[in-house]
Amino acid sequence: MSKTATAGNKGKSIRSDCSVTLEITDSGGIQIDLQSKVKTLFGDSIIDLCKKELVFFGIKNCKIKIEDSGALDYILTARIEAAIKMCIETDKEFLLEMLPQNKYKTKKDSYRRSRLYLPGNTPKLALNAGIHNADGIILDLEDSVAPSKKFEATILVRNALRSVDFYGAERMVRINQIPKGLNDLKYIVPHNVNLILVPKCESAEQIRLVNEKIDEISKKNKVKNPIYLMPIIESALGIIKAYEIAMASENVVALAIGLEDYTADLGTQRTKEGKESFFARCQVVNAAKAAGIQAIDSVFSDVSDMEALKKNVLESKSLGFDGMGCIHPRQIKVIHEYFAPNEKEIEKAKKIVNAFHVATEKGLGVVSLGSKMIDPPVVKRAQRTIEQAIDAGKLEKTWRKDY
Amino acid sequence: MKFNKNAVGRKIPETINGKPVIPFKGVGKYKPTGRKFAPKIATCADYPLDGNKLVPSLKEALIKAGIKDGMTISTHHHFRNGDLIAVEIFKIAQELGIRDLVWYPSASFPCQEPIIEQLENGTIHHIEGSMNGPLGRFASQGKMKGVGVLRSHGGRYQAVQDGDVVIDIAVIAAPTADPFGNANGVEGPSACGLLGFALADSQYADKVIVVTDNLIDFPCIPWQIHGNYVDHVVQMGQIGIPEKIVSGTTQITKSPDRLHIAEMTAKFCDEAELIKDGFSFQAGAGGTSLSIGIYFGEIMRKKGIKARFARGGSNKYLVEMLEEGLVEYILDGQTFDLEGVRSMRDNPRHVNTSPFTSYNYHGKGNFAGILDIVILGATEVDVNFNANVVTHSDGYLLHGIGGWQNCLFGKNVILPIPLFRDRIPVIRDEVTTICGPGELIDIIVTERGIAINPLRKDLIDKMKNSNLPIKTIHELKEEAERICGKPKAVEFEEKIIAAIKWVDGTVIDVVKQVKE
Repeated sequence: MSKTATAGNKGKSIRSDCSVTLEITDSGGIQIDLQSKVKTLFGDSIIDLCKKELVFFGIKNCKIKIEDSGALDYILTARIEAAIKMCIETDKEFLLEMLPQNKYKTKKDSYRRSRLYLPGNTPKLALNAGIHNADGIILDLEDSVAPSKKFEATILVRNALRSVDFYGAERMVRINQIPKGLNDLKYIVPHNVNLILVPKCESAEQIRLVNEKIDEISKKNKVKNPIYLMPIIESALGIIKAYEIAMASENVVALAIGLEDYTADLGTQRTKEGKESFFARCQVVNAAKAAGIQAIDSVFSDVSDMEALKKNVLESKSLGFDGMGCIHPRQIKVIHEYFAPNEKEIEKAKKIVNAFHVATEKGLGVVSLGSKMIDPPVVKRAQRTIEQAIDAGKLEKTWRKDY
Repeated sequence: MKFNKNAVGRKIPETINGKPVIPFKGVGKYKPTGRKFAPKIATCADYPLDGNKLVPSLKEALIKAGIKDGMTISTHHHFRNGDLIAVEIFKIAQELGIRDLVWYPSASFPCQEPIIEQLENGTIHHIEGSMNGPLGRFASQGKMKGVGVLRSHGGRYQAVQDGDVVIDIAVIAAPTADPFGNANGVEGPSACGLLGFALADSQYADKVIVVTDNLIDFPCIPWQIHGNYVDHVVQMGQIGIPEKIVSGTTQITKSPDRLHIAEMTAKFCDEAELIKDGFSFQAGAGGTSLSIGIYFGEIMRKKGIKARFARGGSNKYLVEMLEEGLVEYILDGQTFDLEGVRSMRDNPRHVNTSPFTSYNYHGKGNFAGILDIVILGATEVDVNFNANVVTHSDGYLLHGIGGWQNCLFGKNVILPIPLFRDRIPVIRDEVTTICGPGELIDIIVTERGIAINPLRKDLIDKMKNSNLPIKTIHELKEEAERICGKPKAVEFEEKIIAAIKWVDGTVIDVVKQVKE
């Protein structure tokens, strides 16, 4: 291990982050050099916190330079911890108190229409991510994090899970590809992650490995909350194994497709029309539905073209997908609006749900509409459509009053 | 020095720059008596009968105007960050060995940083006007010889009209002028739209110099500035940098967080029934305000209604709304882009205004109060809705007041602001500097919630069943502090570096030197 290390980011465009350079020395005590744009207002508290953390890790002599661009405490402490762990071997973790409102659970069939990707090592994007109303927020440890920054990102993501309020969005983390991603789990499983995305998934075995590790960590840390999995299929082999993966475990709640890597694997280009991925998308939808779970489409990468996104969403929905990824908060609204049921679907669902209520009120065992009998799964789907319509603001909660 | 507490509880010294001042007494409480300031009587006998007032150089014009120690010299910010004239004036003054001038700009911009040299060497005693960026920092460090005085655009007109400030020499940079001194801002390579900020100066200054890089034959039409007020005309190679006149701050924001705030603001206005047929609004130049204007447009189209007028800062988006018929008139205080300039030149419904018509508090009314919706910014707001626009939370003076104070008289004043910036909470127990009293500020919209001033019971009632996140200002403050931590109080030196005037010429607050 080296005696000096640097973690974090600095530079003109960096905000809400800091760069920490640590040098372990043999004598001279703790020397802190703080440069901060918020020094007047927070300088003392930053220095106190830094000292507390150094003492926690048993460091008595060091030179530490903090170049701060407005990092919150959880970011600052993550950067310091990363720098320390690059210098000394330790299993200790410097944890700030978890926000009580972050301890919520999600359900197997929670809405997963939109899931917003946040680069795991770019804290400024995480602070306000929750205000945009995505169904899920993904702290990404995989492709959006540079290889040299992977380690510090895991600590930052751990701290973000504890300290950032995502206002009810499903708390997701995309770990690295298996087997490397198994090492990420200890940083996230104990901190109330709701769902883990398993990228480039190609077998049920990979899911088994992930669950084995989750169980081991959960036991050790007395984790009780359910942790769901969303494997991402991103290769030709993965597509062939889609059903096996979807069925691999009870906690697999959705199957997602990643088209950038998939088209690369095929040796072709991703086009707007998407003919090259038509088979794969259908396969993922089919496998997911056969397993009784959700199917989630790839991200749409042109963040400025809302018209094209809308078309993409409508196509996704018509293929049977339940949601898709977002790489910019502006996409969320469009995705919610067009994954939501349209007028025709709502009208049809209203009829069915109403017939169901009428039948229940009359104590009839069979729901019928006109001369047609309605099967329970159809009723269930209609109820889901109504829920979605209300959620999207397309239908009043009290619609049956005037029906 | 003796201090008096003013109506918002701030301690105001009895004199500033050796002149007695009146502490703020409350909104509408101070009523001046007496008559307005009158300029000297001129006679045509002293001016060329053929109307040719051309002088070969700015230096000669300043000498002819009698520049000497201790004078007050005014300039204007129509060229925004592309102005070349203010710096030139004080370079010349320094060459001539003049000392202790007062610079009275309608606003300063970072391009005027070189003036720090004249502030340091004693050519300039102090600035009465906004101090943006580097000049503000310089002042905050206690390096300016005199005390800065900040006024709103309306307050600047009021101060000149009332004789609080007597301008010895006004230098008006004009995109187009004739040798008689008639001038406008709609033509020429440095076209900036209008010259409203120079109106008071032309009417009341002792000497008026018009500087142009586009001299045309008499008559220069429209004559936004009348040559009858002008002493000398100077033709120069270049008076402004066109691409900096149209500033970069007038782009629609791409920041998702700001768009979110803009959308919430528009939704609030819609739900509170403020957007109705024949309403009026003011949209500022910032990215968030621009987006709000666009959301307003969407709502108006959907409802099939029109706005009677919009108050600019005009830009291409507002011009599009005018041309689409969504807005019947633009009453413009300054143009922010070339589309605004074109529209003002060609469209009679795009009207140029001055701080006299829009903002002057010592007049028989002004139209700021007629506005239904006013969108403004702030660096800080406190739990009593008092707001700050001139200093940052670390105590540095970095912005001017602009038309901000004047617009507070609108019927519904909304501040869309983030809850925190770079970990600094925007909602505080007490603002560093009070620029506007809370009783005039109605709604704070942040990304995490909307606070309505308890004085606005009507709005609170209307929004009772709204799905928007309506919270109290205290809840917002606590939420900000939960995220950011509670900032330490800033320490200041005893030295006062600037006074903040209210629209009626009284002093609402002072800014002290920052402890470094």
